[in-house]
Amino acid sequence: MTRTTTAEGQGNTGSDEPLLRLRGVKKHFPVQSSALIRGEQEYVHAVDGVDLDVRRGETLGLVGETGCGKSTLARCIARLYDLTEGTIELDGRDISTLSRREMRPLRREIQMIFQDPYGSLNPRRRVGSIIGEPFAIHDIGSRRERKKQVQELMELVGLNPEHYNRFPADFSGGQRQRIGAARALALKPKMLVCDEPVSALDVSIQAQLINLLADLQDELGLTYVFITHDLSVVRHISDRIAVMYLGKVMEVAPVEELFETSRHPYTRALLSALPLPDPDLADRREQIILVGDMPTPVHPPSGCRFHTRCPKAQPDCAEVVPPLEKAKDDDSADHLTACLYPMDPDERLSRARATVADSEIVADDSALGGVS
Amino acid sequence: MSLLEIRDLEVSFNTPDGVVRAVRGLSFDLDRGKTLAIVGESGSGKSVSTQSLTGLSRGAHVTGSATFDGIDLLTADEHQLRGIRGARIGMIFQDPLSSLHPYYRVGWQIVEMIRAHDRSVSKRAARDRAAQLLSMVGIPHAKDRIGDFPHQFSGGMRQRVMIAMAMSVEPDLLIADEPTTALDVTVQAQVLAVMRKLQDEMGTAIILITHDLGVVAEMSDEIVVMYAGQVMERASRRDLFYRHHHPYTEGLLASLPAQGGKGTRLSPIKGTPPSSINPPDRCPFAPRCPYAFDKCWRENPLPRVVFGDPSHQSACWLSTDEATRREERARMVASKLSAEEPA
Repeated sequence: MTRTTTAEGQGNTGSDEPLLRLRGVKKHFPVQSSALIRGEQEYVHAVDGVDLDVRRGETLGLVGETGCGKSTLARCIARLYDLTEGTIELDGRDISTLSRREMRPLRREIQMIFQDPYGSLNPRRRVGSIIGEPFAIHDIGSRRERKKQVQELMELVGLNPEHYNRFPADFSGGQRQRIGAARALALKPKMLVCDEPVSALDVSIQAQLINLLADLQDELGLTYVFITHDLSVVRHISDRIAVMYLGKVMEVAPVEELFETSRHPYTRALLSALPLPDPDLADRREQIILVGDMPTPVHPPSGCRFHTRCPKAQPDCAEVVPPLEKAKDDDSADHLTACLYPMDPDERLSRARATVADSEIVADDSALGGVS
Repeated sequence: MSLLEIRDLEVSFNTPDGVVRAVRGLSFDLDRGKTLAIVGESGSGKSVSTQSLTGLSRGAHVTGSATFDGIDLLTADEHQLRGIRGARIGMIFQDPLSSLHPYYRVGWQIVEMIRAHDRSVSKRAARDRAAQLLSMVGIPHAKDRIGDFPHQFSGGMRQRVMIAMAMSVEPDLLIADEPTTALDVTVQAQVLAVMRKLQDEMGTAIILITHDLGVVAEMSDEIVVMYAGQVMERASRRDLFYRHHHPYTEGLLASLPAQGGKGTRLSPIKGTPPSSINPPDRCPFAPRCPYAFDKCWRENPLPRVVFGDPSHQSACWLSTDEATRREERARMVASKLSAEEPA
C-alpha cells in the first residue's frame, strides 16, 4: 500500500506495475433530444479525462456525489461501456480497444458487484444457476463439478449451500448482495468493481457485508475499486480514495491523509458535510455548506469545474484547468490534487471569499445563513 | 402540557398472512421548538407510527392516544383532521418527486397550499409569500423559478420546495420522514441547515424519522430507537450516544464504520430483523442479542427508567444500574475478543 508509484509514474515494470492504469479516460453520452432541436449533437461529459492507477491488492475508494461520473467510470473499467477516449491497461495490456470476442477471456479478471440487490439477480432463476452462470458462459467444468464449486462459493460468502435451489425472492437484501458477490467471485477474478454494494442495506446488515468483503480480500488477494457516496464506509475499507466531481478526479490520496490534510476545497466541503454519529464532534466541527447545485455535465464549467461553487475561487480558476499533481511539499507522493489554490490544514473555508466574476450565487447564500 | 403527547400507540394491519403488528406501544412527548428523532432499520415501524397520527395509514387498526395541543388525533373526525393536517402538522417525505404534482408549477402548488388553509389570502399575496419562502430555503432567483415545473428542479431543490410548502402555513409540528435519505451529503447539509433555520425562526417542533445516526446526532434533542415495532430505548441526544443502555442501540452504534480505518473489523448485529407477523411474546431482539438470558425469551420487557434518569428509558431486562451495566459490557467485549483470537 505504501509503494511510491504516482499516477504519473510510468515505465515501471515487475510487481510495482499497477494492476489497472487509466489514462485520459473519457466517456461522453449523446444527448438524445437536442440533435433534433438545435441541429448540433450535444454530449453529457460523464467522465472527462481521468488518470488513475489501481495497485495490486489495494482498495481504491471512488467517492463523489450523484452525477459525478463514478458509476460510469466503474462501468468503463469493467468494459461494460466503450470509452470515448483514453486507455485502460490491465496488467500492462491495453484493453480499451479490444473487441467483444477478444475481451471475453479478460472478463474473468474484472468482475462487478452492483448496488441494487433486487434488480441485479434474475428473479426466475435459482440461486445455484445464477452463481454458476459464469461457469456456463466460460464453459468450465462438468455439471457436477459446477454444482460443487457453486456450493463452495456459497459457503465462502456466508450463505447456506443447501439453499442452492432457492429463488432470489427467498433471500433478504443482505443475502442477495452475498449472492452477487459469489457470482462475481466464481471465475476467481483479480479485481472486483463494487458499485455502491452496501448503500441499499440497513446499517447492521451493511456491517456484515463490509466485513465479508474485507475477509474475501485477505483470503483471495483481491483488488477492489469501491464506489460509494458514503464517506464513512469508504474511509473504513479503502487504502486510497479518489474524489470525483463532474467527471474529473479532484483529489486522490491515502485515506488518512485525505481525511486529515485534504487540499481541495471540494474534498473539504464533502468531508464537512458528512453527518457524524457523535454529538460532541458534530457540535465542534466546522461545516461548510456549499451553495447551489452541481452544474450540468452537458456544459461543464470552464477551467476548474468546481469554481462556480468554490468558496475561495479566484479569477484564473475559471480559465485554467488545474492539473492533478502534488500540491504541497508536505504531501506524500501518493497525494495528488487538482487545484490552483490548495488548502492548508488549518485554513477555514467558511471565512474564504470567492472573487470569481460569475459566482453571484454566493450572495444569495446570505439568506440561508451561509456557513454554520 | 407538551405540544404532542403519544401514549401506548399500537398500529396493526390485517393481512392474508396474519396480523402485522407494525407498532407496539409507542409513547413520547414533544415540546415546541424541539426535535425528536425516531431511528430504526427497515420495517421497525418508524414511518407507520407517524402516518397513523395524521390518518394516513389506510386500513390500519390504531389504538392508544395521541394528543396534539389538546385534540386527540386518533378520535378526531375527518373534518377536524383536515384542519390540522397540513395547516398545523406539516409533512415532508423521502421522495420529493412523487410528493409534488408533476403537471403544476411549483409556485402554483405553494399558493394552493396557502390558500387552501386560508381563503382570505389574496392570490397575489400568496404568490409573493411563495417566492419569499423559496428564497428562504435557498433557491436562487426564487421569483423567476416559481413558474417552473418540479422536473426543472434538482432532487435537493425539490426537497427544499417541499419544505417551503410544508412551512408555508407555519405549522406547529413538522413530520420529516427520511427527508434527506435520497440526497447527496452536501445537499443533505443544505437541507438540514434550512430545517434548523426555519425551526429557529418559527419555533416548529420536528419529528425526524431516519435510519441515519449521523443525521440524528446533528439534529435531534431526544431520540427514540425502534425495533420490530417496539421502542427499545428513549434518551436525550448525548445519553443515547454516550450512555446507552439497550443492547440494540449498542449494536447499531458498533455497526457503524467508525474512524478506525482499514484493518479494524466492524461488529455487526448477528442475524436479521424478525417478521412483525404474529410476533411471539418475548423480547423481539433476544434472538440477535449477545446478552440475552432466559428471562428475555419468556417475557417482553416494557420500557423502564434506567440509570436513575427519568428521561432515559430502555426496554431491556439488563441491570438498570449504570455501573453494573458497564461491567456487563466490559465482560462481553472481553469474551468477544478471546473468542476471536484463535481465528
